Amino acid sequence: MNEIVGAFVSLAGSLFFLLSAVGLLRMPDAFNRMQAGTKATTLGSILFLLGIGIMKPDWLGRMVILIVFIVLTNPVSSNALARAAHAHRKRIGARLEPDALAAEDGGKEAGHAG
Amino acid sequence: MRTVKQRILSFLGLWGVWLLLTAPWNSEEAAAGAVVALLVAALPFSRASPLGDLKLGPRALATLVAYFFVFTKALVLSNLDVAFRVLHPRLPIAPGIVKVKTRLKTPLGRLLLANSITLTPGTITVEMRGEDVFVHWIKVADADPEGATAAIVGGFEKYLEVICG
Repeated sequence: MNEIVGAFVSLAGSLFFLLSAVGLLRMPDAFNRMQAGTKATTLGSILFLLGIGIMKPDWLGRMVILIVFIVLTNPVSSNALARAAHAHRKRIGARLEPDALAAEDGGKEAGHAG
Repeated sequence: MRTVKQRILSFLGLWGVWLLLTAPWNSEEAAAGAVVALLVAALPFSRASPLGDLKLGPRALATLVAYFFVFTKALVLSNLDVAFRVLHPRLPIAPGIVKVKTRLKTPLGRLLLANSITLTPGTITVEMRGEDVFVHWIKVADADPEGATAAIVGGFEKYLEVICG
């Protein structure tokens, strides 16, 4: 019984991995690809690991630790990637309307902004 | 007081991780883990550690549990929303960066808010300057700061305010 429930939970998780792979191909620029990619790392890996935990109850604690570590560390790298993408937004052809961050920077650095 | 709270929290955190790692429990392993966790928690550590911002009253703990469910619901709903946008043939996105304001004062509160925003698909925290948070939003529904604040931050903030100000 546990095996079947766990297998379906893992299947639902891998469905989100598939959806975010489709999103990576379809989205137009780095920011939106990250948005699609966030799906894989959040609900995708959480459901996948939970499914393994349900299949093998002895491993549930270890899976919970993995989920907590993913939830704590994933936003840090996402944030660094988003900042880097924003610094290079012209070169990667990102379309942002409105861009409140550039407007804030533009107001302060109008003198030497190229 | 603050450092005592930090030591208790880091002891509980370390011991909790140990217990989860050694899942089919026996009392010897649990006791050995508790001793080592106590030793590590007794080491001197920085006063600036954000753990001290967590409040431990009964109301804060109840809110922490409530926040877990609120966040899970937001996570599932926004996952389904982004999945719908990815599969829609016309790709209905209107990306942009909006500025939102937060009322949270403590570093831990702001960290939790920014990470919650990034973890829900559809919004990514790009930059944080003082109380201004710059968020990349896959479909900008409201470009004006107040409307965007209500839409993105509103649901999380009232819980985080109770948990860690």
